[in-house]
Amino acid sequence: MSFEPRLVGFLCNWCSYTGADLAGTARMKYPPNMRVIRVMCSGRVDPNFILEALAHGADGVLVLGCHPGDCHYAEGNYKCRKRLPITKRLVEGMGIEPQRVRLEWVSASEASRFSEVVTEFTEQIRVLGPLKLEDWTFDRAAADAQLEHN
Amino acid sequence: MGMVTIRIDGKPIEVEEESYILQAAQTLAIDIPTLCWYRYINPYAACRLCMVEITDKRGRVRMVTSCNFPAEAGLGVRTHTPRVLATRRMNFEMLASRCAPAPVLVDLGKKLGIENPRWGWGEDTCILCGLCVRVCDEVVGAQAIGFAARGTSRTVTTPFEVDSEACILCGACAAVCPTGHIRMEECSGREIVHREITLGPNAAISVPFRQAVPNAPRIDPEYCVHFRTGGCKVCAQVCPMECIDHEDEERREEIEVGAVILATGFQDLDPTPLKQYGYGKLPNVITSMEFERMNSAAGSTDGKILMEGGQEPRSIAILHCIGSRDEKHHPYCSRVCCMYALKFAHLVKEKTTAEVYQLYIDLRSFGKGYEEFFQRILTEGVNLIRGKGAEVVPAPQSRRDEGPLLVRCEDTLAGRFREIPVDMVILCTALEAQQDAKETGRKFGVSVGADGWFIERHPKLGPVSTTTDGIFLAGACQGPKDIPDAVAQGGAAAAQAMSLMIRGEVEMDAACAVVDEALCSGCRLCNELCPYGAISFDIEKTLSLVNAALCKACGTCAAGCPSGAIKGLHFTDQQIYAEIEGILS
Repeated sequence: MSFEPRLVGFLCNWCSYTGADLAGTARMKYPPNMRVIRVMCSGRVDPNFILEALAHGADGVLVLGCHPGDCHYAEGNYKCRKRLPITKRLVEGMGIEPQRVRLEWVSASEASRFSEVVTEFTEQIRVLGPLKLEDWTFDRAAADAQLEHN
Repeated sequence: MGMVTIRIDGKPIEVEEESYILQAAQTLAIDIPTLCWYRYINPYAACRLCMVEITDKRGRVRMVTSCNFPAEAGLGVRTHTPRVLATRRMNFEMLASRCAPAPVLVDLGKKLGIENPRWGWGEDTCILCGLCVRVCDEVVGAQAIGFAARGTSRTVTTPFEVDSEACILCGACAAVCPTGHIRMEECSGREIVHREITLGPNAAISVPFRQAVPNAPRIDPEYCVHFRTGGCKVCAQVCPMECIDHEDEERREEIEVGAVILATGFQDLDPTPLKQYGYGKLPNVITSMEFERMNSAAGSTDGKILMEGGQEPRSIAILHCIGSRDEKHHPYCSRVCCMYALKFAHLVKEKTTAEVYQLYIDLRSFGKGYEEFFQRILTEGVNLIRGKGAEVVPAPQSRRDEGPLLVRCEDTLAGRFREIPVDMVILCTALEAQQDAKETGRKFGVSVGADGWFIERHPKLGPVSTTTDGIFLAGACQGPKDIPDAVAQGGAAAAQAMSLMIRGEVEMDAACAVVDEALCSGCRLCNELCPYGAISFDIEKTLSLVNAALCKACGTCAAGCPSGAIKGLHFTDQQIYAEIEGILS
């Protein structure tokens, strides 16, 4: 049996969640691998949530928010846009492929984009294979070198 | 100053002491000829045509100029005695001997019974009445022109007969000149302030348009003589209600309100960049707004449909979707164009005999009664061509007589290319969001979509309100819409604003952020994160507090709090962790 990734999606209530809703009502097809957690804003996505999801066995985490400038809360998605790269670096430091965490913009009317993003992300994770956390050991020297490098 | 009674031609009249006889006579509608008198300038007695005979209080009889002779108690004035008339005739003939027969002089001569002055006519068109010099000095305050030389060589000119820097090109001298000796001419590098000094749409003081609300004139300080020289104020003298206040200026006022309705409307797409339609380059290619203006009874042509030369067009092409439904400009449909284009066709058919061509992509007659109107237009002999107008070019010489403009299009129903010669082209330009919509939106916490229109709270369930409480949308600022829709939305916005204000209290969402005072370290990170300024810092307690009335529960603060002190109710960390666990178990 082929590998079916388990994905967690954090969807902003106003754009992406509505977009996902629309994809549903429009009967658009997308892989069932992603489980959705609704948050009010992509700015609510605490990096801890992403780590928690990965720790609990998610193979990838997708964060979807409103397009820049369209945030229901004016600038929540900008906060998210700042936080995500840091989170990715953090994840990378833990030996996890940073591609397993992704931020995308999906507006309320972009049902087709939603299904495309989910499909593409699922395929990407499928290629990456399951996340094996037990492989990871903290390499202090490498981490320090990385810090030095940055 | 006291009032005195004088008698003019036996009629008593009460006038202000020291006021001039001429004005009193004008009040009594007694005609006294004059060439150098003007209401807003001090009398000058240059033309000597307003001579009257007076009997003063001591009984002396003498001839005086009525324009500058002050009234005194018991003064008797006779305006049409043989002696008076003879004097006027003599003065007129002497004036005529040096002046050219300008219409105003010829008419006056006829009135005085002089067809052929005994010393003939002269050649000078200037009668040296001095109106221009005095208006420039006393009214305008520019003092750009004056008299030069003396005696027979006396002339009106600028200092040293060179172009005067002091002249503001207001044209007042030309307007008061009775003979037309002074004319306004274009001179390079300087703009004539008024082309017309009469009250009209181009005057410095005018009502913006006939249906303006409030329907009151306003002064354009850029063109008003007063704001350039500090003089004039003639309008204030004319106004019987003393309404004109030149000292009034714009003020900024702060008003406390309970709700705001944004109704900033749309702007018209400028079709100049769409070079294929030749707007601004080819004559008689106009926008729908310009056509609408022309059709207005208060418009530039009094409601007549005319071409640039003033003749009626023989054929008109109406091009739909200029800039709308166009990937290069606006992908959306502007909604109103189809119906107003049909209305245009109807108006053209009603007012002229012109042939009308409608070039459309799709005809969207979507509203109540709209389809019926469309059907009616079909019976009026309008040519409907399915196919967007591709190009407007000058017609080749061979087809010039059919129409100077050639509209190229693909008739998708007939399945062929067409070239239609027409006299006039109307471009149905797209409705665009206001240029500064984004800035306005930011001021009111309303976001704008990709096209620049304000985004409503919900496309179906909240089409009037916005994501900021108390801010409502009405009309085309939210998206292209026609008048009934705009009126409906305006009504709804007003009702929602009213209901918010009448209640006196604001309904809150149960979800909001709360601070756990025991955990908050007072780092103030959240203060900066909050887009609504809902989190303030309590200096005494050294911790941050959430104002629940301002909080919109986005949770940005909760995600950013390093000590986990802020909880977004209904979306707490625990709840989301539980969700993660749940869906991955």
